[in-house]
Amino acid sequence: MSVATSSKVFADASSALRGVVQDGQTLMCGGFGACGIPENLIDALRDSGVRNLTVVSNNAGLDGVGLGKLLQTRQIRKMISSYVGENKEFERQYLAGELELEFNPQGTLAERIRAGGAGIYGFYTKVGAGTLVAEGKETRIVDGETYVLEKGLVADVALIKAWKGDTEGNLIYRKTARNFNPNMATAARVTVAEVEQLVEPGSLDPDGIHTPGIFVQRIIQGASYTKLIEKLTLRKREERANAVVA
Amino acid sequence: MPWSREDLAARAARELADGFYVNLGIGIPTLVANYIAPGMKVVLQSQNGMLGTGPFPYEGEEDADLINAGKQTVTALPMTSYFSSADSFAMIRGGHIDLAILGAMEVAENGDLANWMIPGKMVKGMGGAMDLVAGVKRVVVVMDHTSKEGDPKFKTRCELPLTGTNVVDMLITDLAVFSRPTRKNSFKLVELAPGVTAEEVRRKTPAKYSE
Repeated sequence: MSVATSSKVFADASSALRGVVQDGQTLMCGGFGACGIPENLIDALRDSGVRNLTVVSNNAGLDGVGLGKLLQTRQIRKMISSYVGENKEFERQYLAGELELEFNPQGTLAERIRAGGAGIYGFYTKVGAGTLVAEGKETRIVDGETYVLEKGLVADVALIKAWKGDTEGNLIYRKTARNFNPNMATAARVTVAEVEQLVEPGSLDPDGIHTPGIFVQRIIQGASYTKLIEKLTLRKREERANAVVA
Repeated sequence: MPWSREDLAARAARELADGFYVNLGIGIPTLVANYIAPGMKVVLQSQNGMLGTGPFPYEGEEDADLINAGKQTVTALPMTSYFSSADSFAMIRGGHIDLAILGAMEVAENGDLANWMIPGKMVKGMGGAMDLVAGVKRVVVVMDHTSKEGDPKFKTRCELPLTGTNVVDMLITDLAVFSRPTRKNSFKLVELAPGVTAEEVRRKTPAKYSE
């Protein structure tokens, strides 16, 4: 798979995935729930028809939303996730034995991706020691504490979403839409980014860039964004102003 | 009379201290935010990548890019910062969070916690629960004392798959509060809900604890 083109900019999501995605690949897909998911690239991935994918993503989308679209078309063979609630089609395929699932604690998933991107084979962590997560994994006792060996994760392709990007692939995320995106951008052989605003180099403050362009091989400006809100929760005008909710 | 959901949240809020960085789980723990004492500064961390989580937005001010770990719309505060999932769990796993308040299915007398999986039922996943109990300095669990069927949930040992071993520092149920000074100690009954007797708690608790 070669992506040696002088420009990283592609016209649209479909052309950005052409020659990059193939059957049987491992893909990383950014987002937390429906927040910060690469909507346009997911649609293009569905339209590409590639199958038997292993997808690393914190969640598996909702019914008909995000990765839920790829579940409906049966393009995903295995998910590596931390939480997959709110998805009936996922549940049906999983219980029918049609879909493989590997649960990772959320922070272990993030760190495995970070490690993979940083060239680190694995790391020992207390998380999951003495639980099902540790089964079949090497453990080590240091100073009386049990640690589990977790291996770094890398992917063939990462699909990520940022707010602004420049034509060199420098990216800035917005609010909690950042989540797994910058970690995944580092951990794939080919990272394809979609942004809401694609700008010329020099437009972004170099001190404010979250993902340096070296981690991004292809970039598009998304055609449109739905930005679904999963749980709209509002405060009434009369509630005391210092009420705080986690 | 046993404590209500709101009473449990208010009781758990008494474990907060000025200057604490805190992670609140989904459900009753989320309500704890409404009982932070006036004048006390507590900073809420959302594991999806936010420190300084503010209240729910007013209608029309919701932002799809601004949610908490329960995927609810929230707002930012003047001190808010955003960061990646890896950084978020460096805070959690690295021991930088002072207190986590979580729900549970079972707690054992040795401090084991089960709150993510019921075998035979659809498993949704552990999310960040295992990371939180492994890394946060102090873990307070809030749960009903018994299941809807009346089965005890504070047991000699957990029967459900574990979230973590020897990780619970305080257990607040609708009947009583159990605490221990360190994870080498066993639990002690330290408080009863109004009208609840020590005898009733004893009757509904297979776990060993001191009084």
